[in-house]
Amino acid sequence: MSATTVKVEEKLYQNRYRVDAGRSHVSIRDPELCASRCQTRQCTVCCPAGCYTLEGNGRVVLITDGCLECGTCRIVCDEHRNLDWEYPRGGFGILFKFG
Amino acid sequence: MAEKFDAIVVGAGPAGNAAAYTLAKGGLKVLQLERGEYPGSKNVQGAILYSDALERIIANFRDDAPLERHLIEQRVWILDDESYVGTTYRSAQFNQPPYNRYTIIRAHFDKWFSSRVQQAGALVICETTVNELLLDGKRVVGVRTDRQGGDIYADVVILADGVNSLLARKAGFHPEIKSKDVALAVKEIHFLPQETIESRFNIGEDEGVVIEMAGKISQGMMGTGFLYTNKESITLGIGCMLSDFKCQRTTPYALLEKMKAHPAIRPLIEGGEMKEYAAHLIPEGGYDAVPPIYGEGWLIAGDAGMFVNGLHREGSNLAMTTGQTAARTVLDLAAAGKPFSAKNLARYRERLDDSFVMKDLKKYRRAPEIFHDNSQFFTTYPELLNRAAHTLIRVDGVDKKTKEREIRRNFVARRSAWGLIGDAFKMWRAFE
Repeated sequence: MSATTVKVEEKLYQNRYRVDAGRSHVSIRDPELCASRCQTRQCTVCCPAGCYTLEGNGRVVLITDGCLECGTCRIVCDEHRNLDWEYPRGGFGILFKFG
Repeated sequence: MAEKFDAIVVGAGPAGNAAAYTLAKGGLKVLQLERGEYPGSKNVQGAILYSDALERIIANFRDDAPLERHLIEQRVWILDDESYVGTTYRSAQFNQPPYNRYTIIRAHFDKWFSSRVQQAGALVICETTVNELLLDGKRVVGVRTDRQGGDIYADVVILADGVNSLLARKAGFHPEIKSKDVALAVKEIHFLPQETIESRFNIGEDEGVVIEMAGKISQGMMGTGFLYTNKESITLGIGCMLSDFKCQRTTPYALLEKMKAHPAIRPLIEGGEMKEYAAHLIPEGGYDAVPPIYGEGWLIAGDAGMFVNGLHREGSNLAMTTGQTAARTVLDLAAAGKPFSAKNLARYRERLDDSFVMKDLKKYRRAPEIFHDNSQFFTTYPELLNRAAHTLIRVDGVDKKTKEREIRRNFVARRSAWGLIGDAFKMWRAFE
């Protein structure tokens, strides 16, 4: 099984979320920086929910709907510190049934 | 004037619940804030509950706590791609109540713990995220929540807000976590009929098995896998240091899928229905990564304080013990009518230094670094061990002496004689 065939969406589909529509709790400060200055873009590999995707033009697109609120992206983005990272508003985000 | 409490506890995990429970039992006016819909809805753990820490807080917890299975068997597997060599410890002694360890499902367990906190008299408010601490100079005087008019004041604030410890970080009490000090773990829960689990693991009703795994499943990263039996489900997952994840191109979910496909693991979860996928950071930096844990009007407990013994897979017990100890320190000062100054709260750290919490972390303070810099423990050795077992066990007409020579040759070829001695020394240093 190669890494690319694993679909994280199928895993996330089992989870329960209350999405705070229009209010993303994590955002990229300067998208240009990801595209031009970040060499590794490790957020696109390390995020366990696959929230970060690398576009063909080198841009990183963030969609937080499947976020598991672990904090990985915030910590791996240590070279450029290019994320605004907060927890979702109370009651929103991932709601673990089992944890 | 906003309402004022004696103490505010942020977070309703094991540390926060232990703290809030102890404070409320001690007669203080306590507010506990939790950002999840219910206590447990944001919390992730393997999960194994160590009875001792909880017993010291709620002696009769077994009466009604939602416990899955008590553990009677511990397996340790060292895996290569196709096989594993391992040890098993199974004892009838672990089948004698009161049981020492249980598997739990955190969303259920935390809800129960929180109900006990509320019975003890604390006010617990969920669906409320604390955005920052309110400071008067250097002194914490309360919290700012995301609710309307959300400033709440207290004489002391206990931060049990989890591994990311955002509140202390924003207040400048400690710097950002380093990727070498946390492990990223992903896990799934698979549901199976109770009888299937019991026959697959050779266990009776309420009896459970733990499998801890290391080796090639972490693909050269410093990390381990686990599989725990619950009543009607199996949780399994894998965690590796985030600094290692950063340096390679495998996604955490691909790593988990590969582990699930291992020929020794796949049959154990065969036919199960996966019902949840979770990820969590585990603070594994050890003794030297513990940040300042007290100051003017504040204390840190649990994961936020890096209180995890990674080598022994202990965390929730350290969380409960630090939460309880923080609360006791507060209660003692309150009883003596003393202020919650940094000078007075320093007693918290002293108490932890005298307890198993800091003693254990200190004992293994070198381990994170040693395993970090020596990936052979996760790649070369598992392979060599498995190959050695295969060579010895396979019957093929080759005499045993020749087989032993071949095994020795393999070890020396891969690590050299001095390398082997050096590795043995490193292992000893890590566990010394």
